[in-house]
Amino acid sequence: MKASWPRPSALIPYLWLAIFFALPFLLVFRLSLSDSALSIPPYAPQIDWSGGLAGFRRFLAGLDFDTYGRLVSDHLYIKAYISSLSFAAQGTLFALLIGYPMAYGMARCRPQTRNLLLMLVILPFWTSFLIRVYAWVGILKPEGLLNAGLGLLGLPNIDLLYTPAAVQIGLVYSYLPFMVLPLYAVLEKQDHTLLEAAADLGSPPWKSFWQVTFPLSIPGVVAGCLLCFIPMVGEFVIPDLLGGPGSLMIGRSIWMEFFANRDWPFASAVAVALLIMLVPPIVLYQRQQVRALEAGR
Amino acid sequence: MKRGASVFNLVSLTAGFAFLYLPILLLVIWSFNASRLVTVWGGFSTRWYGSLFHNEQLMGAAWVTLRVGLVSATLATVLGTLAAVALTRHGRFLGRTLFSGMSYAPLVMPEVIMGLSLLLLFVALKVDRGLLTVTLAHTTLTMAYVTVVVQSRLATFDRSLEEAAQDLGCTPARAFWSVTLPNILPAVLAGWMLAFTLSLDDLVVASFTSGPGATTLPMRIYSQVRLGVSPEINAVCTLLIGAVAVGVICWSLASKWRTAAGRQPPA
Repeated sequence: MKASWPRPSALIPYLWLAIFFALPFLLVFRLSLSDSALSIPPYAPQIDWSGGLAGFRRFLAGLDFDTYGRLVSDHLYIKAYISSLSFAAQGTLFALLIGYPMAYGMARCRPQTRNLLLMLVILPFWTSFLIRVYAWVGILKPEGLLNAGLGLLGLPNIDLLYTPAAVQIGLVYSYLPFMVLPLYAVLEKQDHTLLEAAADLGSPPWKSFWQVTFPLSIPGVVAGCLLCFIPMVGEFVIPDLLGGPGSLMIGRSIWMEFFANRDWPFASAVAVALLIMLVPPIVLYQRQQVRALEAGR
Repeated sequence: MKRGASVFNLVSLTAGFAFLYLPILLLVIWSFNASRLVTVWGGFSTRWYGSLFHNEQLMGAAWVTLRVGLVSATLATVLGTLAAVALTRHGRFLGRTLFSGMSYAPLVMPEVIMGLSLLLLFVALKVDRGLLTVTLAHTTLTMAYVTVVVQSRLATFDRSLEEAAQDLGCTPARAFWSVTLPNILPAVLAGWMLAFTLSLDDLVVASFTSGPGATTLPMRIYSQVRLGVSPEINAVCTLLIGAVAVGVICWSLASKWRTAAGRQPPA
């Protein structure tokens, strides 16, 4: 079949996405090449349409990579990128360690119980993200519930709020459902006769798990990890509410650069760099989704 | 091989769900606590709910959020459904790869970047930031979710029904309206619900794209939360959680009733 023009009904969402999704990105990219300035627009250089092609060439010549130079030379930003990646990697790992046994346990339950538990995993996703993160403030703050509990047990208090540990707890807590759901989807479909066969052949349960169940669940592990990792890297709310000045994350840097320092070109450069960093995991995830879709057909 | 739950399964499930639900449960309990302190139980009280309804800032923000949510969810549902139909039914067309990329990208895009880029667009277009810009931004943010939900339904829906309708003389638009749409309606409604809750919940994109007079509830909650735990906010949160719980329970009861009542299996 020859490729045709999109039909009018497809053209409407197409145009919408072009205007409100693609065009804004071009604007971010263009602004990131402008001169850093501590003010609001207009930013130099401007496109001079009256000058025709020559005006456009002047505009191109005016663009530079100054903001990116600053980004690379400023240790604070490099540190923020690295610490975002490490927060996200650790958070994903912990989510996997907690989420895998949960998904496994759910897949082992009777069908009715399974559906109820599935709903319980999805339900937090429908309640406000902000609210769920905020709930941890009351638990972790110095005069909060955790320390009250520790006090009752006669243990010394720990100050977790505004530390990297608090950010880590918030990340794992918020993204756990994203880990459990794809894992459950894979584990639930698994053929139990395989385990019976392994048991008949004399394999102890733990060995069967590592040699049969786990390898078969790898697509779910990959999907869950990427679904957690990608949004964790750019997270803003969690480091802002639970983390202190020591918990650098890049989403928060963009926010600060934009709202506090009002340096829009630099904020744009930080955003473009974040996006470039996220391209490999996003491509990996999309490719995996396509593969899963084709396998399911 | 027995399919029961072992002790290990039970422990991991209990611990996991306790981790997921304890903080939410605590918020609900705190909202009824007469004391301001989270560690002291000052007796059962609804005083925070009372003061909440007299807090005009919060009520105003809730009203803004509700309007933005209703309009943007509806727009996103229309656009997202059209996109899903185009992706599953229109075969190849010019720029399809770009289109499908743009349809899914908002799902994985960091919100900070979406907010920043949309703000730059509104500044470039010289549109004053306010209710309109937040609504446009939320429509763009949430339509991808509608597309995914509707598309997964379309993928399992028998195409021959549409083809039969067209063979019998329906125009493609008519066939869609009277055959396809009734069949994918549950997914369309689920998409709307999802878009609506995402819009109610969004802080980051709204902060970038809203202006004076269009402060949404999450923005108001956020600015108060930054100052510490506040019992009034606990009450707002409890109301929101309650609304969602009631909605989800009704939804699941309705779908159970539907499958029990109509024996004819949905295609």
